Amino acid sequence: MVLTVGSAIVALEAKEIIYGAIGLAGSLFGVAALFFLLEAPYVAVFQIAVYIGAVAVLILFTVMLVREEKWSKEVPATSFTKLAGALTGLAITIALAFAAYSTNLGSYTTISNSATFVNIGQLISTGDAPILLVLALVLATSVVGALTLSRADREEPSR
Amino acid sequence: MNSLSDFMLVSAMLFGIGIYGLVTKRNALRLLFAVEILINAANLNFVAFGQYLPFEGNAQSMLPNAFGQTFVLFSIALAAAEAAVILAIVIVAYRLHRDVDVSELKSLEG
Repeated sequence: MVLTVGSAIVALEAKEIIYGAIGLAGSLFGVAALFFLLEAPYVAVFQIAVYIGAVAVLILFTVMLVREEKWSKEVPATSFTKLAGALTGLAITIALAFAAYSTNLGSYTTISNSATFVNIGQLISTGDAPILLVLALVLATSVVGALTLSRADREEPSR
Repeated sequence: MNSLSDFMLVSAMLFGIGIYGLVTKRNALRLLFAVEILINAANLNFVAFGQYLPFEGNAQSMLPNAFGQTFVLFSIALAAAEAAVILAIVIVAYRLHRDVDVSELKSLEG
């Protein structure tokens, strides 16, 4: 929990953006550990594979590909913006935590659903099969779109 | 660290941090980090509720409730696609403007 929240803060507040990317990877890893605590190992492994294996590496490569001195000298936010942002985040956190603790949800202390990957597979392949197909289409479209975006510019004359 | 409220507390803290990042940061990559943190907060809540709350469906199918986990799997895949598209946009914006400050990208401004 400390790893998750602390790394999330590091991800946003680190001076060098590459340390921020590493902090984000740590935060995602902490969330995966929480999934393990919730007895959802399949989702946890999926989270590690997709986020740490794909997204974090993608972000690191992007940072390294286009890194120059300009990246490091980020325009610092004004203190008013910073204060407003911190107040907003704090207010939302307090409100959500208050909402969570004012209900009787704290009485659920044992995990009643220990669904294994067998149940997940049954659900995906029967009831949710259309969702899976649409998701596959969305993924393919987004990857093709990303490739087109980064390729179309290269064919233009050098500016 | 065992009841549902504790996981909700962690999720709320992550959500607050993500909102803070969205409000204060101007770098496009930092905004992407903030959005990823927000998505993870939501995913954590989905799994926590799905695992803790009892299944109130038809009792004939005695399957355990896997809806929360399944939804989070879909959500993770969508987040990966979104990250890929955003990174491509960042690279294009960097090529065009030599900058990733979102307040400087004004070519779409009306």
